[in-house]
Amino acid sequence: MTTATDILPDAIAEAPLIVAAYPMPLLRVDGVSKKFGAFTAVDGLSLDIQAGEFFALLGPSGCGKTTLLRMLAGFETPDAGKILLDGEDIAAVLPHQRPVNMMFQNYALFPHLSVRDNIAFGLKRAALPKPEIAARVAEMVALVKLGGLEKRKPDQLSGGQKQRVALARALARRPQLLLLDEPLAALDKKLREETQAELMELQRRLGTTFVIVTHDQDEAMTMADRIGVMKDGRLEQVATPRQLYEAPASRWIAGFVGDINLIEGEVTLQDAHRLTVAAAGAGMLTVAEPKAPLPSRAICLAIRPEKIRLSRRAPTSAGGLNSIEGVVTEVGYLGGLSVYKVQLDHGATLRVALANTNRLDVDAYGVGQKVVAWFAPDDCVVLPR
Amino acid sequence: MSARTIFTRPARRASVAPYIWMVLFFLVPFGFVLKISLSQTAIAQPPYLPLFGLTDGIAGLKAAFAALSLDSFWLLVSDNLYIASYGRSLVVALVSTALLLAIGYPIAYAMARLPRRWQGVAMMLVIVPFWTSFLIRIYAWINILQHDGLLNQILLALHIVSAPVVWLSTDSAMYLGIVYSYLPFMILPLYATLAKQDGALLEAAADLGASRLVAFWRVTFPLSLGGVGAGVLLCFIPIVGEFVIPDLLAGSDSMMIGQTLWLEFFTNKDWPVASALAIVLLALLIVPLLVYDRLQRRALEAR
Ligand SMILES: Nc1ncnc2c1ncn2[C@@H]1O[C@H](COP(=O)(O)OP(=O)(O)OP(=O)(O)O)[C@@H](O)[C@H]1O
Ligand SMILES: [Mg+2]
Repeated sequence: MTTATDILPDAIAEAPLIVAAYPMPLLRVDGVSKKFGAFTAVDGLSLDIQAGEFFALLGPSGCGKTTLLRMLAGFETPDAGKILLDGEDIAAVLPHQRPVNMMFQNYALFPHLSVRDNIAFGLKRAALPKPEIAARVAEMVALVKLGGLEKRKPDQLSGGQKQRVALARALARRPQLLLLDEPLAALDKKLREETQAELMELQRRLGTTFVIVTHDQDEAMTMADRIGVMKDGRLEQVATPRQLYEAPASRWIAGFVGDINLIEGEVTLQDAHRLTVAAAGAGMLTVAEPKAPLPSRAICLAIRPEKIRLSRRAPTSAGGLNSIEGVVTEVGYLGGLSVYKVQLDHGATLRVALANTNRLDVDAYGVGQKVVAWFAPDDCVVLPR
Repeated sequence: MSARTIFTRPARRASVAPYIWMVLFFLVPFGFVLKISLSQTAIAQPPYLPLFGLTDGIAGLKAAFAALSLDSFWLLVSDNLYIASYGRSLVVALVSTALLLAIGYPIAYAMARLPRRWQGVAMMLVIVPFWTSFLIRIYAWINILQHDGLLNQILLALHIVSAPVVWLSTDSAMYLGIVYSYLPFMILPLYATLAKQDGALLEAAADLGASRLVAFWRVTFPLSLGGVGAGVLLCFIPIVGEFVIPDLLAGSDSMMIGQTLWLEFFTNKDWPVASALAIVLLALLIVPLLVYDRLQRRALEAR
């Protein structure tokens, strides 16, 4: 095993010291904008990423994730704002001199080089001794499970294999900051989960800072310390996975991350940290008061399907709980969970997810079953409309 | 899947067309030339013997076959003139091709780096000279290079030289003419391979620590080798047999094989030797083709 200090000794060995000495993030993106013609791909975006952090960027297609990564790697020049790495503006640092590596969205493997030479490319540029290069390549090949394919050319590989070569090639140099643009998108579920675990393991072992772009929310939740959600070139919310899921900052975030029921309503009464809301199609509901003051009485209630319970009769300890009557109109069996669509008597439709805890569930709710849906006030998020 | 199963019947029939073409316009004429090269000169019309004909029946044909000989080929190896001509042709072709590659590669590279909408214009500029007859363009060069031609006038006006320089009838003039005439054949295949290269590869190279120069040598250049091979063959082979340019621009002290061939054919009326010259030339030119083919196949197998 070689250690991280073998390559780029200064960068990696000193990084923790610098962080300790100055309360400075490894990466600071400060008001960065990028325009393509009249179109603004990244719009005044600011972001701090700490050394050793695993940061995920989520967002719909075309929101500027790749553009942001390309600016970090040096392939695009920001039109405004600054990018600081280790406290230093890297605007003038050419891509090949940045201690940053990127795994490209379309892999960009060198077609004339074998798998081995693709992985070794960056190591040769770092002028490492030959045995060291061979050892590092072997380690990377083992890491991404490409054993036996070292001599193949990229066009003799499957999509997933290419992706793994690209990953190995970007990791081989053990950069301070590794940028990954949808690194696992072409892998099958099982391989993806294994690679996720290995990436996390590796990231912890090397202390490298990862910024990963992904479309897969579960992937972001599983791997990342923090997640930034982008929309139209801006960051809508930066938070830990739990915060993002349980306390979305806006109605858009709530709808984008995970599955959720959104019900519009009007605040009618506010006391003792409880709001009484006249919800459209769901009657009068009691919910917890949000920390931030609401701009108006018109609000939106957001509640996750798994936070709602169902029962045939109203729960006996109904004190403080919201219970609404309705009829099951659809049942979706997903293995571990079943998702029920409940048509409320007041008019709205709720999605409810229940764990399938019993194998022989003779008591499951069927379509047409009259049920009571109930949830605690704290399980509902109140968002401005 | 084999070719047999993927081609439909009409497609298979169409795929025979190139072979018919080859037989009609290459193999049959080649047979004539080969036969003439094995004949003897004669003061007759046509100027060689024997003639194949059916007038004397089978016996006549047999006699004609018996009269064929390798005399002309023996003459080629016994006379220094011919070997020198072949040698000069190869040297001229090698030097010219090297010059063409050295000049053509940067031009093709620059063209491929132009913004898309300018690439078409650049391509037109490379092709435009073809709209004027080749001969006229060479005569134009004679005009420029002659004693009181444009080049000497400019050099004198700029006081770079004090007396007119002799350009015409020198090897320099010939190389200039060859490079000028063949440059598009070098540029176009190079441009084609360079233009279709994925720009992301250079970004990946830069990302992995390669400076622009290193990225060029490790990525761009190796990936353009197919175009280099095509350009080199496209220039080298016709230059070996080039006749007009050396005849009009070079001196008369040494001849390329095309000139020797012309001499044998038109001045000496020695068709058999001229044909033998052509056949040996063909054999020589097949060598680089085979090498190229072998390399290509190896590159494909290595994939
Ligand atoms: N070179 C370019 N010229 C013009 N527009 C561009 C260019 N690169 C990106 N864009 C535009 O900028 C926007 C953001 O692109 P970007 O590639 O960053 O999206 P993304 O978030 O990575 O999307 P995806 O998830 O589909 O990869 C898109 O609307 C895209 O069309
Ligand atoms: Mg992208």
